[in-house]
Amino acid sequence: MSPALTRNDPWVERFTTLERTRSQEPAWLQSCRQTAIDRFAELGLPTTRHEAWKYTNVAAIAKETFALAPADAPVAAEDLESLRVPDLDAHEVVIVDGRFRSDLAPASSTALPDGVVVGSLASALTNGDLESWLEQHPDREDLAFAALNTAFFQDGVFIRVPKNVVLDRPVHVQHWRTADDRALLATPRLVVVAESGSQLELIETYGGSGESQLTDAVSEIFVGANASVQHVKLQVESSRAWHVAAILARLERDARYASHSISLGAAIARNDIRVRFEAEGGDTTLNGLFFATGEQLVDHHTVVDHRVPHCTSRELYKGILDERGHGVFDGKVWVREQAQKTDSSQTNRNLILSRDAIIDTKPQLEIYADDVRCAHGATIGQLDADALYYLRSRGIAEAKARSLLMRGFATDVLTAIASEPLRAALERRLLERLPGALDLEGDQ
Amino acid sequence: MSTREIKDLTRRDYQYGFVTDIESDSAPPGLSEDIVRFISAKKNEPEWLLDWRLKAYRSWLEMTEPKWAAVSYPPIDFQSISYYSAPKSKTDGPKSLDEVDPELLETYKKLGIPLHEQEMLAGVAVDAVFDSVSVATTFKGKLNDLGIIFCSFSEAVQEHPELVRQYLGSVVPITDNFYAALNSAVFSDGSFCYIPKGVRCPMELSTYFRINAANTGQFERTLIVADDGATVSYLEGCTAPQRDENQLHAAVVELVALEESNIKYSTVQNWYPGDKNGKGGIYNFVTKRGKCAGRNSKISWTQVETGSAITWKYPSCLLQGDGSVGEFYSVAVTNNYQQADTGTKMIHIGKNTKSTIISKGISAGHGQQTYRGLVKVLKGAENARNYSQCDSLLLGDQCGAHTVPYLEVKNPSAHVEHEASTSKISEDQVYYCQQRGLSAEDAVSLIVNGFCKEVFRELPMEFAVEAQKLLGVTLEGSVG
Repeated sequence: MSPALTRNDPWVERFTTLERTRSQEPAWLQSCRQTAIDRFAELGLPTTRHEAWKYTNVAAIAKETFALAPADAPVAAEDLESLRVPDLDAHEVVIVDGRFRSDLAPASSTALPDGVVVGSLASALTNGDLESWLEQHPDREDLAFAALNTAFFQDGVFIRVPKNVVLDRPVHVQHWRTADDRALLATPRLVVVAESGSQLELIETYGGSGESQLTDAVSEIFVGANASVQHVKLQVESSRAWHVAAILARLERDARYASHSISLGAAIARNDIRVRFEAEGGDTTLNGLFFATGEQLVDHHTVVDHRVPHCTSRELYKGILDERGHGVFDGKVWVREQAQKTDSSQTNRNLILSRDAIIDTKPQLEIYADDVRCAHGATIGQLDADALYYLRSRGIAEAKARSLLMRGFATDVLTAIASEPLRAALERRLLERLPGALDLEGDQ
Repeated sequence: MSTREIKDLTRRDYQYGFVTDIESDSAPPGLSEDIVRFISAKKNEPEWLLDWRLKAYRSWLEMTEPKWAAVSYPPIDFQSISYYSAPKSKTDGPKSLDEVDPELLETYKKLGIPLHEQEMLAGVAVDAVFDSVSVATTFKGKLNDLGIIFCSFSEAVQEHPELVRQYLGSVVPITDNFYAALNSAVFSDGSFCYIPKGVRCPMELSTYFRINAANTGQFERTLIVADDGATVSYLEGCTAPQRDENQLHAAVVELVALEESNIKYSTVQNWYPGDKNGKGGIYNFVTKRGKCAGRNSKISWTQVETGSAITWKYPSCLLQGDGSVGEFYSVAVTNNYQQADTGTKMIHIGKNTKSTIISKGISAGHGQQTYRGLVKVLKGAENARNYSQCDSLLLGDQCGAHTVPYLEVKNPSAHVEHEASTSKISEDQVYYCQQRGLSAEDAVSLIVNGFCKEVFRELPMEFAVEAQKLLGVTLEGSVG
């Protein structure tokens, strides 16, 4: 790190001014934060000259001076209500501007099986639970925003499911960003530990109402041997806000992890999703659905690191771009020398609806082992003219036929989500946004 | 198949390694403005071309070597390379094959392209490039009658300066990339081809490039222009003698297709790949690009890349004219310690433009191979259509195959599809063939050839045979 850079960067400066607050923290955390800010000083905020940020310009974020979001911001009950999934019996926790708010959690969210922890990350920090889990994903080194989160995060959620415990109700983490005159940064941090043989269904919803608010989230997920984690992330932040997130998962022997990322909100939404197989027999599914309209940009970067033999990965990302929307997909499947018998597939399909929409996609295979089965595919196009014609020849008006096809294209990704109420809620969220899709509702 | 067998087969020596002993008229190693002037003066070039070279040299000085490709090699010392070498006999200017240095002719014989036989048998006009200067050209008369210009680049500069000046650098500008700038500054020779309006070239035009004198970088420059309604098929093939030191090859190929014209450019590349420990071999850093400038024009690239220690090559198409078509068919083989980072760029600019990409990569030994391709549909390119298919075959557990496609679409009427797969030859397939009496080696050869069939089908007859042979030599039986 060069001293000149340290002085000039506002984030590094801010870090220095917070030294007194940090001195209360355990030594291991202080050193974590120092390493992270050093790394950030080295990396800097990404520009389009970085290969991983080639299509995603964050100049608007770099221009803004952010203050750290304060604790205990008031929040309207209907805003929180909007994040809930109707008819879903879930254990709900509420995060406002990156802070765990036990005062706002619905009353139903109390009873949990013995030994299961779903609580504030800040309190887990003080009782020492986190030292062996925080910052334990080796593939975060090049993520500048994740480093920023580590340097500044105050709170978040810590989830721990003990050995052989099956959580029958999903855990729903509801993130809300409040509106503020100032540009504020919220840094929610999630640490999820599913011990061997356990099962967890995790839902995260990110919503908000403010302008020029930046959410910089990091979720670290550890899936123990033969454990299973189903992770659904719905991002519906304000279309004037920025959302940058990293999901970092590590899988032990025969572990299963599925990530469903549904991205509908924010002016710029960037998701870095990285799955690392630590032992044989792991299985991961990475699904995604994104819709960008207006001036929105949605960017997903995924990396599946097959570093051991006998692992399976399946990936399906679908995007719909309307108006001046810009979609970016970059998926990398990395099969290392020793990862024989890897079975991997990756698909990215995109639908362009408008003259001004843009899609940039880069599905990559990097393969160093020979006894593998790997395939990927990407398509960019419009609704199929033959399918449209078929529907019209059966007396369905063109607009309606288009809506029907679009709906079929999009909701396909959601079928892998087991929970019926959740799937219905996600579908509704999507259809509310898709042009003309809701017109169908009356006829059915 | 046994591991021992695999090892034996993949360790086979380079068959075409030999050095012809001809005194070279070389420039001292190093690159400076003086060297650029020396080359230009040596070739008796007009003022404008010297200025062009100097401009390229000056912009090269400002540029840095590209580092993004997935290849690794020790840094190249550009000052230790000699930038010009010509066989001595050039000064005499051979008028016919009889006057050509017999030792040279012997070299071609070893390569399997006896010139005088070829003239009669194959119906192929060969503008043979030995090191950097063309020494023999056949079939000139026949082509002349049709108004086709097919000659060495230096000859074109002397005799058709207006054409060269109009098109040189119009597809690959001098500042395009590091190696293109270097080539523009010091290019020695190459081929020039002009097909006039409405003429269908009656024969396959072909050129054999060879690297001969040690420590001489080859900087070929090829320019092909097909005027309105013209059709031409051009073949380029190369084999190079065995060397211990790495040699740099930085060629530039420019194709210009005007209205309703059709250019087919085929390459069989078999430069020396280095020995089985990765020592030596050619660095092949090539810029190839075609411009479909006119309406309904078509450019088709077909390549079989089996040689070179490092290949860095992206034959591209600028689909400018409405209704123009770009095609890219490629088979690339990396064995031992070879590295290849190759692919194509299809830039859709005009309306109703189409492109097809078929890429087959085969990796064996410690070979590393990357397909890197870009399909870009600009805003005005209505109804653009692209189909890409990239398959990789891995033979052995030490090699790698990587696929990095970039798809960038800014028009809603575009249809872009990309598919890729990576696999190895299954034991079942080999077993099935063996059951029917084929040896394991033949079975693998059969399967590999089948894997590449879609590309070989695009090659002209003369090359298809050679390509299959080359594939056999490089790979035969290296799978279990």
